[in-house]
Amino acid sequence: MMSEIEMSRRGVLAGSAAAAALAAAPPAEAQPAKAPAPAIMPVSLTINGKRRDLNLDTRTTLLDALREHLKLTGTKKGCDHGQCGACTVIVNGERINSCLSLAVQHQGDEVKTIEGLGTPDKLHPMQAAFVRHDGYQCGYCTPGQICSAVAVLDEIKRGVPSHVQADLSARPQPTDIEMRERMSGNICRCGAYSNIAEAMAEVAGATVKEMGA
Amino acid sequence: MKLEIETPRHLVDVQDLKLDRIEPTTDGGLRIGALVTNTALAADTRVRRDYGVLTRAIVAGASGQLRNKATTAGNLLQRTRCPYFYDPNMPCNKRKPGSGCAAIGGYSRQLAVIGSSDQCIATYPGDMAVAMRVLDAMVETVKADGTSRAIPIADFHRLPGEKPHLDNNLEAGELITAVTLPRPLGGTHHYEKVRDRASYAFALVSVAAVIQKDGSGRAAFGGVAHKPWRVEAADAVMTQGAAAVTARAFANARPTENNAFKIPLATRALAATIAEGKSA
Repeated sequence: MMSEIEMSRRGVLAGSAAAAALAAAPPAEAQPAKAPAPAIMPVSLTINGKRRDLNLDTRTTLLDALREHLKLTGTKKGCDHGQCGACTVIVNGERINSCLSLAVQHQGDEVKTIEGLGTPDKLHPMQAAFVRHDGYQCGYCTPGQICSAVAVLDEIKRGVPSHVQADLSARPQPTDIEMRERMSGNICRCGAYSNIAEAMAEVAGATVKEMGA
Repeated sequence: MKLEIETPRHLVDVQDLKLDRIEPTTDGGLRIGALVTNTALAADTRVRRDYGVLTRAIVAGASGQLRNKATTAGNLLQRTRCPYFYDPNMPCNKRKPGSGCAAIGGYSRQLAVIGSSDQCIATYPGDMAVAMRVLDAMVETVKADGTSRAIPIADFHRLPGEKPHLDNNLEAGELITAVTLPRPLGGTHHYEKVRDRASYAFALVSVAAVIQKDGSGRAAFGGVAHKPWRVEAADAVMTQGAAAVTARAFANARPTENNAFKIPLATRALAATIAEGKSA
C-alpha cells in the first residue's frame, strides 16, 4: 500500500519523465543514426525483502531489471513474451511473467524471486521436493516452475478457481489435475512434468494416487 | 511491442486510477472496474454464483501468471489477430493497412469462418468477452473531453470490413472505466472451449451459454469471427436443439477449406453445453 505522499511523488516523477520523453523525441528531419536519449526514471522495489533503488530506462522489463541491473540471474529469460513461464516471479504475493511487465510499473512492490525462496544451504520445501523428485533435466525452466508451483499452492489455498473445477462454489483441492491445469503457463521442453507434479503433490500433502485423474 | 509491431512513442501507466473494484449496480447487476484483474474477477463470489459463465470463460483463457496481470479492460482490448499479424515479413492489412492478407489462401485452420472480409480473416482470441457478449454487458468509457458513454458489448468489437486495422469502436483517447453486467439471468452457465491442447491455447471454437430450465437460452461463440459471435435470432430456437441454433448463427458463414470443420464443431460444442444444462 502506498501513502498519499508517495503517490503524489510518483505522479510528479511520471510527469517529469513524460516531459523528458517529449524533449527527447527527435525532430522529423533528424538523422536516423542519432538515437534519442532514453527516458530514465527512478524506481524502488523490495526484492526478496531488501529495498533496491534503481534508475532505469523506462522500457526496462522487470525481468531485465532483475537479471541485468540487480544480477539476480536465477530468474530466466526463455521466450521473452509470456509464453514459457521461465521468468515467473512472485509480486505482492501473486505470480506473474516478469518479461511482460515494465519495472517502472512496480514502484513500491514486493518481488520474490527464486533467490528469495531458499538458498543451497536452506532450501525452500518446494526446491527440496524438486530435487527429491528429479523435477527437471536441463534446469532452465526450473526457477520459474518453482516460483509458479509455490504460488499455485497458495492460489489453491486462497480458493482461486480454475478451469478444471466442476463446482465453482466449492473450494479447490490440490489434486494432480488441478495442479497440472494451473501449471500450464510453465513450459518444460525436457518434459519433466510428471516429476514436477509429484514434487508439488508432496509439498501439498496430496497423495500421488490421483495421478492421471 | 517486443516484435516492434507496435512502436508507441508514449505509454501511460493507468494502474493507480483506483478502477479496481467490483460493486453492485442499482438495478441488481455488477459494475466491474476496468482494472479488476482476471483472477480477481473470476474468483469474486458474486460472479461465481450469478455469472458463472464469466468465471468459466476467464479461467479457460491464458495462464495463471497472465490472468494475475490481465485486467478487465485490457483483456477486452487485446488485439484481434492471427499468426500472420505477428510476422512482419508477411503482408497483413491489420498490421499494415493496404499491404494485403497472407492468411486468405494461407494456413487458416484457426481463423474466422464468419463475418470476415476480403481484407482480413483474423479471429478475436479472447474468452472473457465471449461470456460478456452472452451476458449483454455494457462497456463504460470516458473520452478525452470528459464525456462518458456506455457501449453495448455487441457494438464494442468490430468486424474487419474495409478497416481491419480497427479492432473496436473506441475513439482515440477514449478510456474504458468499467464493464457493467445486467441483473443475473439465472439458468445454468457453461463455457465449452475446444482447443488443440487442454490448457493455455486459443479456442478453435468456444461456446458461452446460459440455459434455462425450459430449454430456452442464449449462446455466444468464440474462435469463429473477428468479434464474439452471437445471433439473437439463433438464440430464439434454442429449444429446438444445437443444430437449429447454429444453422441460424452460421447462416452466412464463409469458411475456408482449412476451417470448415469449425461449423459442425460449434454445433457439437453447443450440444454438449445443452446436455450439460439438462443434467445440472
